[in-house]
Amino acid sequence: MGKMATREAYGRALAEFGADNRIVVLDADLSKSTNTATFKKDYPERHLNMGIAEANMMSVGCGLATCGKIVFASTFAMFASGRALEQIRNSACYPKLNLKVCATHAGITVGEDGASHQCIEDLSFMRSLPNMTVVSPSDAASTRFAIKAAIETDGPFYVRLGRLAVPDIYGEYGSDVPFTLGKANQLKAGNDLTLIATGYLVGEAIAAAELLEQEGIHARVLDMHTIKPIDKDAIIAASKETGAIVTCEEHSVIGGLGSAVAEVLSENAPCIMTRVGIQDVFGQSGTPAKLMEAYHLKAVDICATAKNLLERKKNA
Amino acid sequence: MNETQEKNLRRFASQMRRWIIEGVYRAQSGHPGGSLSATDIIAYLYQEELSVDPKAPRNPNRDRFVLSKGHCAPALYAALGLRDFFDIQEMKNLRQFGSFLQGHPCMSTVPGVDMSTGSLGQGISAAVGMALAAKLDGKDYRVYCVMGDGELQEGEVWEAFMCAAHYHLDNLCVIIDHNGLQIDGVTTDVMNLGSVNDKMTAFGWHSIPTDGHDFASLEKGFAEAKQQKGMPSVLVAKTVKGKGVSFMENQASWHGSAPKEEQYNVAVVELDALISKSEEL
Repeated sequence: MGKMATREAYGRALAEFGADNRIVVLDADLSKSTNTATFKKDYPERHLNMGIAEANMMSVGCGLATCGKIVFASTFAMFASGRALEQIRNSACYPKLNLKVCATHAGITVGEDGASHQCIEDLSFMRSLPNMTVVSPSDAASTRFAIKAAIETDGPFYVRLGRLAVPDIYGEYGSDVPFTLGKANQLKAGNDLTLIATGYLVGEAIAAAELLEQEGIHARVLDMHTIKPIDKDAIIAASKETGAIVTCEEHSVIGGLGSAVAEVLSENAPCIMTRVGIQDVFGQSGTPAKLMEAYHLKAVDICATAKNLLERKKNA
Repeated sequence: MNETQEKNLRRFASQMRRWIIEGVYRAQSGHPGGSLSATDIIAYLYQEELSVDPKAPRNPNRDRFVLSKGHCAPALYAALGLRDFFDIQEMKNLRQFGSFLQGHPCMSTVPGVDMSTGSLGQGISAAVGMALAAKLDGKDYRVYCVMGDGELQEGEVWEAFMCAAHYHLDNLCVIIDHNGLQIDGVTTDVMNLGSVNDKMTAFGWHSIPTDGHDFASLEKGFAEAKQQKGMPSVLVAKTVKGKGVSFMENQASWHGSAPKEEQYNVAVVELDALISKSEEL
Protein backbone atom coordinates (compact mmCIF):
# COMPACT_ATOMS: atom_id res chain seq x y z
CA MET A 1 0.00 0.00 0.00
CA GLY A 2 1.33 3.42 -0.97
CA LYS A 3 1.61 6.39 1.32
CA MET A 4 1.21 10.12 0.89
CA ALA A 5 0.55 12.99 3.28
CA THR A 6 -2.81 14.67 2.78
CA ARG A 7 -0.99 18.04 2.63
CA GLU A 8 1.00 16.77 -0.34
CA ALA A 9 -2.21 15.63 -2.03
CA TYR A 10 -3.64 19.09 -1.33
CA GLY A 11 -0.74 20.78 -3.15
CA ARG A 12 -1.10 18.41 -6.07
CA ALA A 13 -4.86 18.94 -6.23
CA LEU A 14 -4.44 22.72 -6.24
CA ALA A 15 -2.02 22.42 -9.14
CA GLU A 16 -4.28 19.90 -10.91
CA PHE A 17 -7.37 22.12 -10.72
CA GLY A 18 -5.41 25.39 -10.79
CA ALA A 19 -6.11 26.31 -14.42
CA ASP A 20 -9.42 27.78 -13.18
CA ASN A 21 -8.32 31.39 -12.88
CA ARG A 22 -10.88 32.13 -10.17
CA ILE A 23 -8.56 30.21 -7.83
CA VAL A 24 -6.21 32.33 -5.71
CA VAL A 25 -3.96 30.74 -3.09
CA LEU A 26 -2.78 32.55 0.03
CA ASP A 27 -0.11 31.30 2.39
CA ALA A 28 1.48 32.64 5.57
CA ASP A 29 5.17 31.90 5.03
CA LEU A 30 4.66 28.13 5.10
CA SER A 31 4.14 27.35 1.44
CA LYS A 32 6.71 24.55 1.37
CA SER A 33 5.19 22.92 4.45
CA THR A 34 1.57 23.37 3.43
CA ASN A 35 2.51 22.37 -0.15
CA THR A 36 0.84 25.38 -1.74
CA ALA A 37 4.30 25.82 -3.31
CA THR A 38 3.25 23.06 -5.73
CA PHE A 39 0.52 25.36 -7.05
CA LYS A 40 2.91 28.32 -7.08
CA LYS A 41 5.24 26.51 -9.49
CA ASP A 42 2.51 26.43 -12.15
CA TYR A 43 0.59 29.61 -11.26
CA PRO A 44 2.95 32.03 -9.52
CA GLU A 45 0.78 35.06 -10.29
CA ARG A 46 -2.14 33.60 -8.32
CA HIS A 47 -0.12 32.54 -5.28
CA LEU A 48 0.19 35.40 -2.80
CA ASN A 49 2.35 35.17 0.28
CA MET A 50 0.77 37.09 3.15
CA GLY A 51 3.74 36.75 5.47
CA ILE A 52 3.38 35.59 9.05
CA ALA A 53 0.04 37.33 9.51
CA GLU A 54 -2.77 34.79 9.58
CA ALA A 55 -5.55 37.11 10.74
CA ASN A 56 -4.94 39.47 7.84
CA MET A 57 -4.62 36.52 5.45
CA MET A 58 -8.13 35.28 6.21
CA SER A 59 -9.81 38.67 5.80
CA VAL A 60 -7.77 39.48 2.67
CA GLY A 61 -9.03 36.17 1.31
CA CYS A 62 -12.58 37.29 2.03
CA GLY A 63 -12.05 40.55 0.16
CA LEU A 64 -10.77 38.58 -2.82
CA ALA A 65 -13.78 36.29 -2.53
CA THR A 66 -16.21 39.23 -2.77
CA CYS A 67 -14.63 39.91 -6.17
CA GLY A 68 -15.42 36.42 -7.50
CA LYS A 69 -12.28 34.57 -6.44
CA ILE A 70 -12.22 31.08 -4.94
CA VAL A 71 -9.63 31.57 -2.26
CA PHE A 72 -7.53 28.84 -0.68
CA ALA A 73 -5.85 30.08 2.49
CA SER A 74 -3.29 27.81 4.08
CA THR A 75 -1.18 27.66 7.17
CA PHE A 76 -0.85 25.24 10.07
CA ALA A 77 -4.16 24.18 11.64
CA MET A 78 -3.25 25.84 14.94
CA PHE A 79 -2.86 29.29 13.42
CA ALA A 80 -5.65 28.92 10.87
CA SER A 81 -8.37 27.75 13.21
CA GLY A 82 -7.02 29.25 16.42
CA ARG A 83 -5.41 32.61 15.80
CA ALA A 84 -7.67 33.52 12.89
CA LEU A 85 -10.87 32.02 14.31
CA GLU A 86 -12.72 35.31 14.55
CA GLN A 87 -11.68 36.43 11.07
CA ILE A 88 -13.02 33.16 9.71
CA ARG A 89 -16.23 33.64 11.66
CA ASN A 90 -16.97 37.27 10.89
CA SER A 91 -15.32 37.87 7.52
CA ALA A 92 -15.97 34.48 5.88
CA CYS A 93 -18.83 32.57 7.53
CA TYR A 94 -21.20 35.43 8.32
CA PRO A 95 -21.29 36.70 4.71
CA LYS A 96 -20.87 33.11 3.41
CA LEU A 97 -17.87 33.86 1.23
CA ASN A 98 -15.73 31.49 -0.82
CA LEU A 99 -12.85 31.18 1.60
CA LYS A 100 -11.42 27.67 1.69
CA VAL A 101 -9.26 27.32 4.78
CA CYS A 102 -6.97 24.38 4.10
CA ALA A 103 -5.09 23.77 7.30
CA THR A 104 -2.16 21.41 7.45
CA HIS A 105 -0.23 19.94 10.38
CA ALA A 106 -3.40 19.13 12.29
CA GLY A 107 -3.34 16.73 15.22
CA ILE A 108 -0.51 15.33 17.32
CA THR A 109 1.25 13.61 14.41
CA VAL A 110 2.91 16.98 13.85
CA GLY A 111 5.34 15.26 16.20
CA GLU A 112 8.53 16.88 17.46
CA ASP A 113 7.27 20.49 17.33
CA GLY A 114 5.22 19.72 20.41
CA ALA A 115 1.97 20.95 21.92
CA SER A 116 2.15 24.56 20.67
CA HIS A 117 1.88 23.27 17.10
CA GLN A 118 -0.33 20.21 17.63
CA CYS A 119 -3.83 21.48 16.94
CA ILE A 120 -6.38 19.16 18.54
CA GLU A 121 -9.24 21.66 18.76
CA ASP A 122 -9.79 22.77 15.15
CA LEU A 123 -12.77 20.55 14.35
CA SER A 124 -14.45 21.84 17.48
CA PHE A 125 -13.80 25.50 16.61
CA MET A 126 -14.81 25.18 12.97
CA ARG A 127 -17.81 22.94 13.46
CA SER A 128 -19.55 25.53 15.62
CA LEU A 129 -19.52 28.21 12.89
CA PRO A 130 -22.76 28.70 10.91
CA ASN A 131 -22.37 28.28 7.11
CA MET A 132 -19.09 26.39 7.52
CA THR A 133 -18.45 23.03 5.85
CA VAL A 134 -15.82 20.95 7.65
CA VAL A 135 -13.96 18.17 5.84
CA SER A 136 -11.35 15.83 7.24
CA PRO A 137 -10.09 13.51 4.49
CA SER A 138 -8.30 10.27 5.37
CA ASP A 139 -5.87 9.87 2.48
CA ALA A 140 -4.40 11.41 -0.65
CA ALA A 141 -7.07 10.19 -3.08
CA SER A 142 -9.97 11.47 -0.96
CA THR A 143 -8.17 14.77 -0.30
CA ARG A 144 -8.21 15.37 -4.03
CA PHE A 145 -11.99 14.97 -4.02
CA ALA A 146 -12.35 17.18 -0.96
CA ILE A 147 -10.51 19.98 -2.77
CA LYS A 148 -12.62 19.43 -5.87
CA ALA A 149 -15.77 19.68 -3.73
CA ALA A 150 -14.47 22.86 -2.10
CA ILE A 151 -13.99 24.44 -5.53
CA GLU A 152 -17.41 23.35 -6.77
CA THR A 153 -19.40 24.20 -3.63
CA ASP A 154 -20.22 27.78 -2.73
CA GLY A 155 -19.32 29.03 0.74
CA PRO A 156 -16.61 28.71 3.36
CA PHE A 157 -14.77 25.43 3.89
CA TYR A 158 -12.37 24.09 6.47
CA VAL A 159 -10.26 21.20 5.23
CA ARG A 160 -8.17 19.41 7.84
CA LEU A 161 -4.89 18.05 6.54
CA GLY A 162 -1.96 16.22 8.10
CA ARG A 163 1.79 16.46 8.00
CA LEU A 164 2.51 12.74 8.13
CA ALA A 165 2.52 10.43 5.11
CA VAL A 166 -0.53 8.21 5.59
CA PRO A 167 -1.50 4.92 3.93
CA ASP A 168 -3.74 5.09 0.87
CA ILE A 169 -7.25 4.04 1.87
CA TYR A 170 -8.87 4.45 -1.55
CA GLY A 171 -5.82 3.80 -3.74
CA GLU A 172 -3.10 6.18 -4.82
CA TYR A 173 -3.62 9.90 -5.56
CA GLY A 174 -5.90 10.18 -8.58
CA SER A 175 -7.88 7.01 -7.85
CA ASP A 176 -11.64 7.27 -7.99
CA VAL A 177 -13.26 7.80 -4.60
CA PRO A 178 -16.98 7.77 -3.87
CA PHE A 179 -16.98 11.23 -2.29
CA THR A 180 -20.18 13.09 -1.51
CA LEU A 181 -20.10 15.91 1.03
CA GLY A 182 -22.04 14.91 4.13
CA LYS A 183 -22.13 11.23 3.22
CA ALA A 184 -19.92 8.81 5.13
CA ASN A 185 -18.17 6.00 3.26
CA GLN A 186 -18.65 2.51 4.62
CA LEU A 187 -15.29 0.78 4.28
CA LYS A 188 -16.21 -2.50 5.95
CA ALA A 189 -19.55 -4.15 6.69
CA GLY A 190 -20.35 -5.55 10.13
CA ASN A 191 -23.15 -5.58 12.68
CA ASP A 192 -21.48 -6.17 16.06
CA LEU A 193 -20.43 -2.55 16.48
CA THR A 194 -19.40 0.46 14.37
CA LEU A 195 -16.09 2.25 14.24
CA ILE A 196 -16.66 5.81 12.99
CA ALA A 197 -13.34 7.41 12.14
CA THR A 198 -12.05 10.54 10.46
CA GLY A 199 -8.74 11.71 9.01
CA TYR A 200 -5.63 9.78 9.86
CA LEU A 201 -7.47 7.46 12.26
CA VAL A 202 -9.49 5.90 9.43
CA GLY A 203 -6.46 3.72 8.64
CA GLU A 204 -6.11 2.76 12.29
CA ALA A 205 -9.82 1.95 12.48
CA ILE A 206 -9.56 -0.37 9.48
CA ALA A 207 -6.58 -2.12 11.11
CA ALA A 208 -8.55 -2.37 14.36
CA ALA A 209 -11.50 -3.91 12.52
CA GLU A 210 -9.14 -6.52 11.08
CA LEU A 211 -7.86 -7.36 14.58
CA LEU A 212 -11.45 -7.67 15.81
CA GLU A 213 -12.33 -9.87 12.85
CA GLN A 214 -9.60 -12.31 13.96
CA GLU A 215 -11.54 -12.67 17.20
CA GLY A 216 -14.82 -13.19 15.38
CA ILE A 217 -16.10 -9.66 15.99
CA HIS A 218 -17.63 -8.04 12.92
CA ALA A 219 -17.08 -4.31 13.09
CA ARG A 220 -18.56 -1.86 10.61
CA VAL A 221 -16.13 0.89 9.61
CA LEU A 222 -17.25 4.33 8.45
CA ASP A 223 -14.99 7.04 7.04
CA MET A 224 -16.68 10.22 8.28
CA HIS A 225 -14.81 12.53 5.93
CA THR A 226 -17.35 15.32 6.36
CA ILE A 227 -17.64 16.49 9.95
CA LYS A 228 -20.18 19.13 9.02
CA PRO A 229 -22.78 18.55 7.77
CA ILE A 230 -22.48 15.20 9.53
CA ASP A 231 -24.07 12.10 8.01
CA LYS A 232 -26.98 11.61 10.43
CA ASP A 233 -28.47 8.74 8.46
CA ALA A 234 -25.29 6.67 8.64
CA ILE A 235 -24.95 7.32 12.38
CA ILE A 236 -28.57 6.45 13.13
CA ALA A 237 -28.32 3.31 11.00
CA ALA A 238 -25.12 2.32 12.82
CA SER A 239 -26.88 2.75 16.14
CA LYS A 240 -29.95 0.77 15.14
CA GLU A 241 -28.08 -1.99 13.32
CA THR A 242 -25.00 -2.41 15.53
CA GLY A 243 -26.00 -0.90 18.89
CA ALA A 244 -22.49 0.26 19.84
CA ILE A 245 -20.22 2.94 18.40
CA VAL A 246 -16.57 3.87 18.82
CA THR A 247 -15.51 7.21 17.36
CA CYS A 248 -11.87 7.61 16.36
CA GLU A 249 -10.16 10.96 15.78
CA GLU A 250 -6.75 12.55 16.08
CA HIS A 251 -8.40 15.42 17.92
CA SER A 252 -9.70 16.26 21.36
CA VAL A 253 -12.65 14.11 22.37
CA ILE A 254 -14.36 17.43 23.15
CA GLY A 255 -16.13 19.11 20.27
CA GLY A 256 -14.96 17.07 17.31
CA LEU A 257 -16.18 13.89 15.62
CA GLY A 258 -17.03 12.17 18.90
CA SER A 259 -19.17 15.07 20.03
CA ALA A 260 -20.88 15.39 16.65
CA VAL A 261 -21.77 11.68 16.68
CA ALA A 262 -22.95 11.87 20.31
CA GLU A 263 -25.23 14.80 19.44
CA VAL A 264 -26.88 12.84 16.65
CA LEU A 265 -27.23 9.70 18.76
CA SER A 266 -28.65 11.36 21.85
CA GLU A 267 -31.34 13.18 19.87
CA ASN A 268 -32.24 10.39 17.47
CA ALA A 269 -31.12 6.90 18.37
CA PRO A 270 -29.21 6.59 21.64
CA CYS A 271 -26.76 3.73 21.96
CA ILE A 272 -23.63 3.10 23.98
CA MET A 273 -20.50 4.72 22.62
CA THR A 274 -16.88 5.52 23.45
CA ARG A 275 -14.73 8.29 22.04
CA VAL A 276 -11.15 7.46 21.07
CA GLY A 277 -9.16 10.67 20.81
CA ILE A 278 -7.03 13.05 22.85
CA GLN A 279 -8.47 12.99 26.37
CA ASP A 280 -8.59 16.72 27.16
CA VAL A 281 -4.82 17.10 27.49
CA PHE A 282 -2.11 18.81 25.46
CA GLY A 283 0.31 16.85 23.31
CA GLN A 284 4.10 16.91 23.61
CA SER A 285 7.25 16.45 21.56
CA GLY A 286 8.07 13.04 20.19
CA THR A 287 7.94 11.03 16.99
CA PRO A 288 4.45 10.66 15.54
CA ALA A 289 4.65 6.89 16.11
CA LYS A 290 5.56 7.34 19.77
CA LEU A 291 2.80 9.92 20.26
CA MET A 292 0.19 7.70 18.63
CA GLU A 293 1.05 5.04 21.19
CA ALA A 294 1.29 7.41 24.14
CA TYR A 295 -2.14 8.94 23.47
CA HIS A 296 -3.76 5.56 22.74
CA LEU A 297 -4.76 6.26 19.16
CA LYS A 298 -3.40 3.04 17.59
CA ALA A 299 -5.38 0.18 16.11
CA VAL A 300 -4.70 -1.90 19.23
CA ASP A 301 -6.18 0.85 21.39
CA ILE A 302 -9.28 1.11 19.22
CA CYS A 303 -9.55 -2.68 19.32
CA ALA A 304 -9.34 -2.76 23.13
CA THR A 305 -11.88 0.06 23.42
CA ALA A 306 -14.23 -1.79 21.08
CA LYS A 307 -14.03 -4.97 23.15
CA ASN A 308 -14.75 -3.06 26.38
CA LEU A 309 -17.75 -1.46 24.72
CA LEU A 310 -19.01 -4.84 23.55
CA GLU A 311 -18.82 -6.05 27.17
CA ARG A 312 -21.05 -3.12 28.15
CA LYS A 313 -23.39 -3.97 25.30
CA LYS A 314 -23.65 -7.57 26.52
CA ASN A 315 -24.38 -6.45 30.08
CA ALA A 316 -26.81 -3.71 29.07
CA MET B 1 -15.02 72.56 -6.32
CA ASN B 2 -17.82 74.71 -7.64
CA GLU B 3 -20.67 76.19 -5.63
CA THR B 4 -23.27 73.66 -6.80
CA GLN B 5 -21.06 70.74 -5.77
CA GLU B 6 -20.41 72.30 -2.39
CA LYS B 7 -24.12 72.98 -1.89
CA ASN B 8 -25.08 69.45 -2.88
CA LEU B 9 -22.49 67.97 -0.55
CA ARG B 10 -23.63 70.09 2.38
CA ARG B 11 -27.26 69.15 1.79
CA PHE B 12 -26.45 65.45 1.37
CA ALA B 13 -24.30 65.40 4.53
CA SER B 14 -26.93 67.27 6.55
CA GLN B 15 -29.62 64.85 5.44
CA MET B 16 -27.33 61.94 6.34
CA ARG B 17 -26.89 63.38 9.83
CA ARG B 18 -30.64 63.78 10.19
CA TRP B 19 -31.23 60.14 9.22
CA ILE B 20 -28.43 58.92 11.50
CA ILE B 21 -30.12 60.57 14.46
CA GLU B 22 -33.55 59.34 13.33
CA GLY B 23 -32.40 55.73 13.06
CA VAL B 24 -30.41 55.67 16.28
CA TYR B 25 -33.18 57.45 18.19
CA ARG B 26 -35.89 55.05 17.01
CA ALA B 27 -33.70 52.01 17.73
CA GLN B 28 -32.64 53.53 21.06
CA SER B 29 -29.24 52.06 20.29
CA GLY B 30 -26.33 52.55 17.92
CA HIS B 31 -23.26 54.69 17.49
CA PRO B 32 -24.01 58.36 16.69
CA GLY B 33 -20.62 59.89 17.63
CA GLY B 34 -18.44 58.16 15.06
CA SER B 35 -21.22 58.11 12.46
CA LEU B 36 -21.39 61.90 12.63
CA SER B 37 -17.60 62.34 12.50
CA ALA B 38 -17.40 60.17 9.37
CA THR B 39 -20.45 61.71 7.69
CA ASP B 40 -18.72 64.35 5.56
CA ILE B 41 -16.12 61.81 4.38
CA ILE B 42 -18.78 59.27 3.43
CA ALA B 43 -20.93 61.99 1.85
CA TYR B 44 -18.00 63.06 -0.33
CA LEU B 45 -17.32 59.44 -1.32
CA TYR B 46 -20.92 58.73 -2.37
CA GLN B 47 -21.49 62.09 -4.07
CA GLU B 48 -18.18 62.75 -5.76
CA GLU B 49 -15.70 59.92 -5.61
CA LEU B 50 -17.18 56.43 -5.91
CA SER B 51 -18.21 55.05 -9.25
CA VAL B 52 -21.24 53.03 -8.13
CA ASP B 53 -24.71 52.47 -9.56
CA PRO B 54 -27.73 51.96 -7.27
CA LYS B 55 -29.41 50.01 -10.10
CA ALA B 56 -26.45 47.61 -10.37
CA PRO B 57 -25.00 47.38 -6.88
CA ARG B 58 -22.99 44.25 -7.75
CA ASN B 59 -21.48 45.52 -10.99
CA PRO B 60 -18.05 43.82 -10.98
CA ASN B 61 -16.35 46.96 -12.28
CA ARG B 62 -17.71 49.28 -9.58
CA ASP B 63 -15.50 51.02 -7.06
CA ARG B 64 -15.58 49.28 -3.68
CA PHE B 65 -16.24 50.82 -0.31
CA VAL B 66 -15.51 49.12 3.00
CA LEU B 67 -16.57 50.68 6.27
CA SER B 68 -13.95 49.08 8.49
CA LYS B 69 -15.29 50.98 11.50
CA GLY B 70 -18.50 49.03 11.03
CA HIS B 71 -20.27 50.47 14.06
CA CYS B 72 -20.79 53.63 12.00
CA ALA B 73 -23.25 51.72 9.83
CA PRO B 74 -25.91 54.45 10.25
CA ALA B 75 -23.72 56.84 8.22
CA LEU B 76 -23.18 54.29 5.46
CA TYR B 77 -26.85 53.27 5.36
CA ALA B 78 -27.95 56.93 5.24
CA ALA B 79 -25.64 57.57 2.26
CA LEU B 80 -26.85 54.42 0.47
CA GLY B 81 -30.51 55.24 1.16
CA LEU B 82 -30.12 58.82 -0.04
CA ARG B 83 -28.42 57.48 -3.17
CA ASP B 84 -31.48 55.21 -3.72
CA PHE B 85 -29.80 51.86 -3.13
CA PHE B 86 -32.93 51.29 -1.04
CA ASP B 87 -35.79 53.36 0.35
CA ILE B 88 -34.30 55.84 2.81
CA GLN B 89 -37.42 55.47 4.96
CA GLU B 90 -36.00 52.06 5.96
CA MET B 91 -33.67 54.01 8.27
CA LYS B 92 -36.64 54.14 10.63
CA ASN B 93 -36.24 50.39 11.13
CA LEU B 94 -32.48 50.49 11.74
CA ARG B 95 -31.38 47.78 14.20
CA GLN B 96 -34.94 46.57 14.71
CA PHE B 97 -35.89 42.93 14.61
CA GLY B 98 -36.54 41.79 11.05
CA SER B 99 -34.93 44.84 9.41
CA PHE B 100 -32.34 44.28 6.72
CA LEU B 101 -30.45 47.22 8.24
CA GLN B 102 -28.49 45.21 10.76
CA GLY B 103 -26.61 46.88 13.61
CA HIS B 104 -23.36 46.50 11.69
CA PRO B 105 -22.97 46.45 7.89
CA CYS B 106 -24.19 43.19 6.40
CA MET B 107 -23.40 42.58 2.72
CA SER B 108 -25.89 39.71 2.51
CA THR B 109 -28.88 41.93 3.26
CA VAL B 110 -28.04 45.53 2.34
CA PRO B 111 -27.74 46.53 -1.34
CA GLY B 112 -24.57 48.54 -1.81
CA VAL B 113 -22.67 47.15 1.17
CA ASP B 114 -19.51 45.57 -0.27
CA MET B 115 -18.26 43.85 2.88
CA SER B 116 -19.74 42.76 6.18
CA THR B 117 -17.85 44.50 8.95
CA GLY B 118 -18.20 45.27 12.61
CA SER B 119 -15.27 43.47 14.16
CA LEU B 120 -12.60 46.17 14.05
CA GLY B 121 -9.52 45.53 11.95
CA GLN B 122 -11.05 43.06 9.52
CA GLY B 123 -12.52 45.53 7.03
CA ILE B 124 -9.16 46.98 6.02
CA SER B 125 -7.86 43.46 5.33
CA ALA B 126 -10.88 42.75 3.13
CA ALA B 127 -10.27 46.05 1.31
CA VAL B 128 -6.70 44.91 0.65
CA GLY B 129 -8.13 41.69 -0.80
CA MET B 130 -10.44 43.66 -3.10
CA ALA B 131 -7.55 45.82 -4.30
CA LEU B 132 -5.47 42.68 -4.93
CA ALA B 133 -8.36 41.22 -6.94
CA ALA B 134 -8.45 44.33 -9.15
CA LYS B 135 -4.71 44.00 -9.78
CA LEU B 136 -5.04 40.26 -10.56
CA ASP B 137 -7.87 40.93 -13.01
CA GLY B 138 -6.29 44.03 -14.57
CA LYS B 139 -9.34 46.10 -13.65
CA ASP B 140 -9.14 49.78 -12.85
CA TYR B 141 -11.75 50.09 -10.11
CA ARG B 142 -10.57 51.64 -6.87
CA VAL B 143 -11.10 50.51 -3.30
CA TYR B 144 -11.90 52.93 -0.48
CA CYS B 145 -11.90 52.09 3.20
CA VAL B 146 -12.92 54.27 6.14
CA MET B 147 -11.30 53.37 9.44
CA GLY B 148 -11.45 54.74 12.95
CA ASP B 149 -8.41 56.00 14.82
CA GLY B 150 -9.25 53.80 17.79
CA GLU B 151 -9.44 50.92 15.35
CA LEU B 152 -5.74 51.40 14.63
CA GLN B 153 -5.08 49.76 18.00
CA GLU B 154 -6.02 46.42 16.47
CA GLY B 155 -2.92 44.47 15.42
CA GLU B 156 -4.52 43.09 12.25
CA VAL B 157 -4.66 46.66 10.90
CA TRP B 158 -0.88 46.84 10.73
CA GLU B 159 -0.66 43.44 9.09
CA ALA B 160 -3.02 44.80 6.44
CA PHE B 161 -1.09 48.07 6.04
CA MET B 162 2.15 46.10 5.56
CA CYS B 163 0.47 43.88 3.00
CA ALA B 164 -0.99 46.79 0.98
CA ALA B 165 2.41 48.48 0.73
CA HIS B 166 4.14 45.17 -0.12
CA TYR B 167 1.80 44.60 -3.06
CA HIS B 168 2.00 48.26 -4.20
CA LEU B 169 -1.77 48.71 -3.99
CA ASP B 170 -2.06 52.21 -5.46
CA ASN B 171 -5.72 51.42 -6.17
CA LEU B 172 -6.42 51.44 -2.43
CA CYS B 173 -7.28 54.59 -0.51
CA VAL B 174 -7.86 54.54 3.24
CA ILE B 175 -9.48 57.40 5.09
CA ILE B 176 -8.82 57.52 8.82
CA ASP B 177 -11.60 59.25 10.73
CA HIS B 178 -9.23 60.79 13.27
CA ASN B 179 -11.62 62.12 15.89
CA GLY B 180 -9.33 61.36 18.81
CA LEU B 181 -11.96 59.68 20.96
CA GLN B 182 -12.97 56.10 21.66
CA ILE B 183 -15.37 54.39 24.06
CA ASP B 184 -13.23 54.70 27.16
CA GLY B 185 -12.11 58.26 26.47
CA VAL B 186 -9.36 60.14 24.68
CA THR B 187 -7.42 57.94 22.29
CA THR B 188 -4.07 59.21 23.56
CA ASP B 189 -5.07 58.17 27.11
CA VAL B 190 -6.57 54.80 26.27
CA MET B 191 -3.69 53.66 24.05
CA ASN B 192 -1.56 56.33 22.51
CA LEU B 193 -1.21 55.98 18.75
CA GLY B 194 1.54 58.57 18.49
CA SER B 195 1.70 60.23 15.10
CA VAL B 196 -0.64 58.41 12.72
CA ASN B 197 0.96 60.27 9.83
CA ASP B 198 4.48 59.10 10.80
CA LYS B 199 3.34 55.53 11.32
CA MET B 200 1.60 55.40 7.93
CA THR B 201 4.64 56.84 6.20
CA ALA B 202 6.88 54.33 7.97
CA PHE B 203 4.59 51.55 6.76
CA GLY B 204 5.12 52.62 3.15
CA TRP B 205 1.94 54.61 2.58
CA HIS B 206 1.51 58.02 1.00
CA SER B 207 -0.04 59.94 3.86
CA ILE B 208 -2.17 63.03 3.25
CA PRO B 209 -3.25 65.19 6.20
CA THR B 210 -6.85 66.27 5.59
CA ASP B 211 -9.68 68.14 7.24
CA GLY B 212 -12.46 65.56 7.36
CA HIS B 213 -15.21 68.19 7.47
CA ASP B 214 -13.89 70.40 4.66
CA PHE B 215 -15.05 69.18 1.25
CA ALA B 216 -12.37 71.15 -0.59
CA SER B 217 -9.72 69.51 1.58
CA LEU B 218 -11.22 66.08 0.93
CA GLU B 219 -11.37 66.79 -2.80
CA LYS B 220 -7.71 67.75 -2.82
CA GLY B 221 -6.78 64.70 -0.73
CA PHE B 222 -8.61 62.21 -2.96
CA ALA B 223 -7.13 63.80 -6.08
CA GLU B 224 -3.64 63.51 -4.63
CA ALA B 225 -4.31 59.88 -3.66
CA LYS B 226 -5.29 59.04 -7.24
CA GLN B 227 -2.03 60.47 -8.52
CA GLN B 228 0.10 58.18 -6.36
CA LYS B 229 1.59 55.28 -8.27
CA GLY B 230 3.10 52.17 -6.71
CA MET B 231 1.91 52.73 -3.16
CA PRO B 232 -1.38 52.95 -1.26
CA SER B 233 -2.60 56.30 0.04
CA VAL B 234 -4.21 57.34 3.28
CA LEU B 235 -6.13 60.49 4.11
CA VAL B 236 -5.55 61.18 7.78
CA ALA B 237 -8.72 63.16 8.27
CA LYS B 238 -9.01 65.36 11.34
CA THR B 239 -12.61 65.16 12.51
CA VAL B 240 -14.88 65.99 15.41
CA LYS B 241 -16.74 63.13 17.03
CA GLY B 242 -20.48 63.90 17.06
CA LYS B 243 -20.04 66.66 14.44
CA GLY B 244 -23.24 68.58 13.68
CA VAL B 245 -25.10 67.93 16.94
CA SER B 246 -23.86 70.48 19.47
CA PHE B 247 -24.16 68.42 22.63
CA MET B 248 -22.58 65.36 21.03
CA GLU B 249 -19.49 67.12 19.70
CA ASN B 250 -16.18 65.98 21.22
CA GLN B 251 -17.92 63.76 23.78
CA ALA B 252 -16.69 60.16 24.04
CA SER B 253 -19.91 59.32 25.89
CA TRP B 254 -21.84 59.63 22.60
CA HIS B 255 -19.79 56.84 21.04
CA GLY B 256 -22.45 54.24 21.55
CA SER B 257 -25.55 55.71 23.14
CA ALA B 258 -28.86 56.91 21.74
CA PRO B 259 -30.45 60.30 22.45
CA LYS B 260 -33.46 60.49 24.74
CA GLU B 261 -36.57 62.34 23.55
CA GLU B 262 -35.57 65.85 24.63
CA GLN B 263 -32.07 65.38 23.27
CA TYR B 264 -33.53 64.04 20.03
CA ASN B 265 -35.72 67.13 19.73
CA VAL B 266 -32.74 69.43 20.19
CA ALA B 267 -30.72 67.47 17.62
CA VAL B 268 -33.59 67.58 15.11
CA VAL B 269 -33.91 71.36 15.42
CA GLU B 270 -30.17 71.77 14.86
CA LEU B 271 -30.03 69.38 11.95
CA ASP B 272 -33.15 70.74 10.25
CA ALA B 273 -31.54 74.17 10.48
CA LEU B 274 -28.40 72.73 8.87
CA ILE B 275 -30.48 71.26 6.05
CA SER B 276 -32.30 74.59 5.46
CA LYS B 277 -29.00 76.44 5.52
CA SER B 278 -27.53 74.09 2.94
CA GLU B 279 -30.52 74.79 0.67
CA GLU B 280 -29.82 78.52 0.87
CA LEU B 281 -26.10 78.36 0.06
